Amino acid sequence: MATLTLNNVKKSFGKTDVIHGVSIDVEDGEFIVIVGPSGCGKSTLLRMVAGLETITDGEVQIGGRRVNEEEPMARDIAMVFQNYALYPHMSVFDNMAYGLKIAKVDKAEIADRVNQAAKLLQLEPYLTRKPRELSGGQRQRVAMGRAIVRKPAVFLFDEPLSNLDAKLRVQMRLEIRALQRELGVTALYVTHDQVEAMTMADRMIVMNGGVADQIGKPLEVYANPATEFVAGFIGSPPMNFLTCGLIGETGDDRIGIRPEHMRLADAGEGRLNAQAAFCEVLGAETLVHLRCVDGTQVTVRQDAAKAIPDEGTNVGLSWAGANEMRFDSNGQRI
Amino acid sequence: MEKRVTFKGIWLPLLLVLPQILITAIFFFYPAGQAIWQSLFIPDPFGLSMQWVGLGNFEYLLSDRFYRASFITTAVFSILVTVVSMGVALYLAILADRLIKGSGTYRTLLIWPYAVAPAVAGVLWLFMFNTRVGVVTWYLGLLGYDWNHVLNEGEAMGLVVVASAWGRISYNFLFFLAGLQAIPRSVIEAAAIDGAHFWTRFRTIVWPLLSPTTFFLLVVNIIYAFFETFGVIHTITSGGPQQATTILVYKVYSDGFVGQDLGSSAAQSVILLVIVSLLTVIQFKYIERRVHY
Repeated sequence: MATLTLNNVKKSFGKTDVIHGVSIDVEDGEFIVIVGPSGCGKSTLLRMVAGLETITDGEVQIGGRRVNEEEPMARDIAMVFQNYALYPHMSVFDNMAYGLKIAKVDKAEIADRVNQAAKLLQLEPYLTRKPRELSGGQRQRVAMGRAIVRKPAVFLFDEPLSNLDAKLRVQMRLEIRALQRELGVTALYVTHDQVEAMTMADRMIVMNGGVADQIGKPLEVYANPATEFVAGFIGSPPMNFLTCGLIGETGDDRIGIRPEHMRLADAGEGRLNAQAAFCEVLGAETLVHLRCVDGTQVTVRQDAAKAIPDEGTNVGLSWAGANEMRFDSNGQRI
Repeated sequence: MEKRVTFKGIWLPLLLVLPQILITAIFFFYPAGQAIWQSLFIPDPFGLSMQWVGLGNFEYLLSDRFYRASFITTAVFSILVTVVSMGVALYLAILADRLIKGSGTYRTLLIWPYAVAPAVAGVLWLFMFNTRVGVVTWYLGLLGYDWNHVLNEGEAMGLVVVASAWGRISYNFLFFLAGLQAIPRSVIEAAAIDGAHFWTRFRTIVWPLLSPTTFFLLVVNIIYAFFETFGVIHTITSGGPQQATTILVYKVYSDGFVGQDLGSSAAQSVILLVIVSLLTVIQFKYIERRVHY
């Protein structure tokens, strides 16, 4: 258990800069999610903390100690990989015990700690099996177990759920969060899935092209995105963006309104006219997709009880001014 | 669901496997049958008649001091060739696996020796170690070492082993490299995070995961050392000095085609066939159990 500090951490591969300087102070026991589209440098950032990539510039501290030059094994971390990276020739027990055996931990204690972790993760019946005899979710748990038994200062997760099916993903999401809270270990979790980021994070880092666009609590980031990228990336369905011209203003600014903040009105009323394209009926709510005169796609999220416009009908759109977010031509929030 | 292709009739599948069966029949079953048949006779010196001797050829061979010595020679030779060629290849493959830049060039250059025919490889090494004009011999002479594989049995064995293993290293290297690269990076990284340093990782993760490749190469290399090294031995030592490099397959040739004792030669081929079959069966039965697929 420890704090984790990134101080203007940069990474370049040859002449290509992939991370342009990320800084964050992670508190002890905090769950930080790094989220962003593929290629934004989020995995590279995690691997630098793990010691699997060299740090070009800046500093990484774990528990207040600079670890830039330390080998991965000396950093007191444990990592869960996307493909689990289990040792295929070892039993579940040996997979979890591997790190302890290398650390020359007493045999009785190894058995103790592995059994404890197995109990926690409901892996007890499978301890003698090989990884190939397990399901995806069970493998995921073994990878978690391998991280837990070493009692590290920091957990690192590299997209651990992306190889699981949707239902299992939701379940494991909760389990990982509960486990982390129970153990109180600081965690750094990389994902491209903004739902995972929203549901799991104490704070999240939204990465875009090697830059941390915003660092903050999920709801803060959602309610108050710092850039157009963050506004569009966080939230599903994504935020609607309109040009100023569309609502009769001048300038290059773009206006963002979340789908749940837009309301359908009769044609000619509201602030904008649009044509209904199609609807997605989800049961509790309905997503109405519309097309504006300049071709911009807009989505309105409304309660299932409300009327659904027929395809091709013209409707008006209205929203409260307070829910409007403005971004300049560089994508920065105004 | 049946994953294999299934045929309704018998004629199409038969037609498809016919070429393979023909090749095996003409180039293996027929000569092997001939060898077994001939091993039961002694032909006269002019090849005009054959006299039935039953298992006489085998009895004679097994009581022959030189033939038994050839067994030892073969064992030493094939173990050395296999260990040297696989050991060096594994070492080079580990180095190449860590290579980031220029690995393509490195790989290509390392593969070249495999394209050299064994007899040509033999001649190459013979030139280098020629007792009068060889480059290596000359340098060894400068260091005060008098190299003479024509007279020294150990040196002769060393030279044929090196010459035989040399071309083989390329082949083994390719397989080892492919095997190493098939091990997921993240598994190695996980082991590194678990605290395993290079040697521990190799011993506990890489080596076990590489075992299917190693096992395959073991079988293939032993068979190579038994049979295909004929060209090397023929060009470098012709089995000498004092039969120190006469391995079984070379003795088949020298007794049969030089000594004109076709009956004995045929009997030797049969014994060789049995030995290699037995070795392969043993390898599959006992060593394969330790292999993790």
